[in-house]
Amino acid sequence: MEDRVQLNRNLAQMLKGGVIMDVTTPEQAKIAEEAGACAVMALERIPADIRAAGGVSRMSDPKMIRGIQEAVSIPVMAKCRIGHFAEAQILEAIEIDYIDESEVLSPADDIYHIDKRKFKVPFVCGAKDLGEALRRINEGATMIRTKGEPGTGDIIQAVRHMRMMQSEIRRLVSMSEDELYEAAKQLRVPYELVQYVHENGKLPVVNFAAGGVATPADAALMMQLGAEGVFVGSGIFKSGNPVKRAQAIVKAVTNYNNPKILAELSEDLGEAMVGINEQEIELLMAERGK
Amino acid sequence: MRIGVLALQGAFVEHERMLQRLGVETFEIRHLADWQQPMAGLILPGGESTAMMRVMKDEGLMEPIQKAIKEGLPVLGTCAGMILLDDQHLGCMDVTVKRNAYGRQLGSFQTTYNIKGIGDVSMVFIRAPYIERCGEGVEVLSTLDGHVVAAKEKNMLACSFHPELTEDTRLHEYWLKEFVQQKD
Repeated sequence: MEDRVQLNRNLAQMLKGGVIMDVTTPEQAKIAEEAGACAVMALERIPADIRAAGGVSRMSDPKMIRGIQEAVSIPVMAKCRIGHFAEAQILEAIEIDYIDESEVLSPADDIYHIDKRKFKVPFVCGAKDLGEALRRINEGATMIRTKGEPGTGDIIQAVRHMRMMQSEIRRLVSMSEDELYEAAKQLRVPYELVQYVHENGKLPVVNFAAGGVATPADAALMMQLGAEGVFVGSGIFKSGNPVKRAQAIVKAVTNYNNPKILAELSEDLGEAMVGINEQEIELLMAERGK
Repeated sequence: MRIGVLALQGAFVEHERMLQRLGVETFEIRHLADWQQPMAGLILPGGESTAMMRVMKDEGLMEPIQKAIKEGLPVLGTCAGMILLDDQHLGCMDVTVKRNAYGRQLGSFQTTYNIKGIGDVSMVFIRAPYIERCGEGVEVLSTLDGHVVAAKEKNMLACSFHPELTEDTRLHEYWLKEFVQQKD
């Protein structure tokens, strides 16, 4: 495998067991780092506000991203639109640590995703099921996350996507080898990726949960369902006490299997983000980019 | 012989797999109760040192870990684990480590280079640190392009790179032989 792909997969391994937090200012980035975030996602508006504002949502101002890069020592990620390789080139030029080719922003291309193998900088992409995950990996993504439904504070979509991926992985594992060719055809991915999943029982890259995580219990739920870490977008800085909630979610990811510790962490967190139920959503971001 | 692996955040599973391949039993340390178990050695893995420090402090793990290492518990620190050992963090090793010394992810690289006592090994550097100051008792084991990337002092072995991300078990074997078994 090319060195660069391997190195980029390796960085995702270092983020495992951690929380990646959405931040919009250097001050928020510092709060996130201090609370124990393993990386931050720099963006002008968090998903809940993107949802509220409507209109076309684009890559953030590089100057704003730079301000966050200067404020913290942990990895800084930023989002570009699906298929918008020029935005990705700009993010690479400012030496971002990870690009999220994200359905949270308005898609720039309704057919093609970015050819991520053309870049030195790593990409994380969202997926609802195993086929999407493997197609993104084939395009060069070195980290996967569930799409969930960003900016809602509703965990149901992330749960659905993680369960779907895990059950499809188990299905591939149980197949006989001659059935894998047909599976590859159905998933619309190369045979080698299907074979990898069959043999290893996991994706060839790190898989995080994202979209709708608002509480320590949500984070623990996703970890127990097989996530290797979590992204928290609107859940922290849209809540009553961001510092305390951020710290609690970080510790919940470490101790996801310990209900006693989770109970302590869930105490006195103040208001969680209000949230929107799945049925009330007008725009399903998870349907962008398949 | 059981080895404890600090499992607060980062690539701890990779270290566990490495040791298990060598037939060594491991257990994860996530909170104070885990720490009470007897251990022949401790691994501080790669990940984000700020995240690990935060959880370590809040879980009350910092003082007991500091104390045990200062009293001679064999320890291996890789990347963030090396940062944790230095004079700015746990204060166990007489070194100062420069974080993100090779820059951001675009500065990450892989190379093959010599470690004293082991030979040529594949070194994977991910947003890696290096040692910028070594105290008197510190023995340098590898210097890459003028920067110290592996060193030892008493019961402590530290490196900038990630042996746990390769298939090469020699650094772990070296640590087990020279640090852990030596002490038994």
